[in-house]
Amino acid sequence: MKLTETLNDLANPTRFLALTARTLPWLAGVTAILLAIGLYQSAMAPDDYQQGATVKIMFIHVPNAWLSMFVWGVMSVAALGTLVWRHPLADVAAKAAAPIGAAFTFLALVTGSLWGRPMWGTYWEWDARLTSVLILFLMYLGLMALWRAVEDPSRAARAAAVLTLVGAINIPIIKFSVDWWNTLHQPSSVLRMGGSTLDKAFLWPLLVMAIAFSLLFITLHLAAMRNEILRRRVRSLQMMQASRVAFTSEAAAGPKEIGAA
Amino acid sequence: MSALAALIRRDIRIALRVGGGALIGVLFFLTVTVLMPFAVGPDLALLSRLGPAILWLGALLASLLTLDRLFAADHEDGSLDLIVMSRTPLELACAAKALAHWIAAGLPLIIATPVLGLLLNLDGTATLAVAATLLAGTPALTFTGMIGAALAVTLHRGGLLLAVLVLPLSIPVLIFGVAASQAAISGPLLFGTPFSILCALSLASLVIGPFAAAASLRHGLD
Repeated sequence: MKLTETLNDLANPTRFLALTARTLPWLAGVTAILLAIGLYQSAMAPDDYQQGATVKIMFIHVPNAWLSMFVWGVMSVAALGTLVWRHPLADVAAKAAAPIGAAFTFLALVTGSLWGRPMWGTYWEWDARLTSVLILFLMYLGLMALWRAVEDPSRAARAAAVLTLVGAINIPIIKFSVDWWNTLHQPSSVLRMGGSTLDKAFLWPLLVMAIAFSLLFITLHLAAMRNEILRRRVRSLQMMQASRVAFTSEAAAGPKEIGAA
Repeated sequence: MSALAALIRRDIRIALRVGGGALIGVLFFLTVTVLMPFAVGPDLALLSRLGPAILWLGALLASLLTLDRLFAADHEDGSLDLIVMSRTPLELACAAKALAHWIAAGLPLIIATPVLGLLLNLDGTATLAVAATLLAGTPALTFTGMIGAALAVTLHRGGLLLAVLVLPLSIPVLIFGVAASQAAISGPLLFGTPFSILCALSLASLVIGPFAAAASLRHGLD
C-alpha cells in the first residue's frame, strides 16, 4: 500500500525531479566512497596462486556481468509499468536504462576478454557464457535502435516494452540453448572459478564492488531519467513554440487564402 | 471460427497471387544456397558437412525477408484496422495470420529443401532430417518473427529494424534445428533430444507470439 502510494506520488515528474535533486548528491557520494573502498580492497587483495595479479580483473568483471542482467530486469519491470499501469515515469526509466545496461554488458565483455587473454590464451572463445552475454549485448543494441527509430516517445515506449518483455522470456532460453549447443561442440568449458569456492580475501572486495556498482547504476539511472524528463520538456516547449509560430503566420496569411478559395 | 478460416483463406490467396511475394521467399532461399558454394568453394565433402547449417541459415533469412509484409500490406489498405476492431480476439486473428503466412511462405521452403540438399551433396537421411527439423522449426521462426513484424508496422519502420530485432530471438531455434540435423547425420547424440526441444520452442512461440504481437498492435496503432 505504502509502496503504491510512493509510486503514485512519483508519477508527477516535478516531484520526481525535486526528490532526485535532493538524493542524487548523497547517492553519488556514497557510490564514490564505496568504489574507493572496493578498489582499495581489490588492490590490496592477495594474488591468486595460479592466476597471479590478473585475478583482480574479477573485481571489475563480475559486478559488470551481474549488472548486465540486473538492468534488463529493471527494464522488464519498467515495461510492465508502461503496459499495465501506464506509469508516466516507466517509459523514462526504461529508456534511460537501456544505454547504461548496454555499457555494463560491453564492459563485462571487454574485461572478460582481457582476463581471458592471459588465462585461456585467447581473447574470445565461443563458450556458452560468453556467447549468451554477447547476444544480450546485441539485444540491448536492438532495443536502443528501436528507441531511436521513432520520434514519438510514448509510441516508442510501448513498442520497446513489448520487445523488452519478449527479450526477458528469451534470455533464459538463449542461456540454456547456448549451454547445450556448447556441450555439443566443445568437450570442456573453460570458464570456471578455479575449481574452488572463493576465499574470503577475494569475496569481501567483490561484495563491496558489487554493491558499489549497483549504487553506481542507480545513480546513473536516476541522473539519466532526470535528463530524459528535461529533454522531453524541452521537446514539448519547442513543439509549442513551433506551432505558435505556424499559427501566427497562418493567421497573418489566412484571410487572403479563404478569400481566394 | 469461420471468420478465422476466412482470414486464413484470404491471406493465403493474396500471398499466392500476383504481387503476393510468398514464392519470392523460395527464390531467395535457392539463391542464398547457390551463393554458398561460391563463398566456401565447391568442395563436395565440405559442402555436405556444412549443408544443414547452410539450409537453416537460408530458411531463416528467407522467412525474415517475407515477414516484412505480414502486417504491412494490411496496414496500408486499412484492413488491419478492421481486424483490430472486429469482434474476433486479436490474438486469434494474429495467430491465424501467422498460420496463413507459414503455409504460404514456410511450407514452400520445406518442399524446396530436397532439391537444395541435392545441390549441397546431402544424402537421403540428411535431407530428410533437415526437412523434418525445418518443418518443426519454421513455425517458431514465423511466430516469433510476427512480434517483430507487429512492432515494425506500428512504428512505420520495416526492413532492417525488423531484422535486427528478430534475429537474436531466433538463435535458440537455429541452434536446436542445426543440432538435430547434425545429430541425425553424424552426431553421437540421439535425433529425438534436440528435435523435441525444437518442437517445444515452436509450441512456446505459438503461445507467446500472438499475445505479444496483439499487444504491440493494440498499443501501437492509433
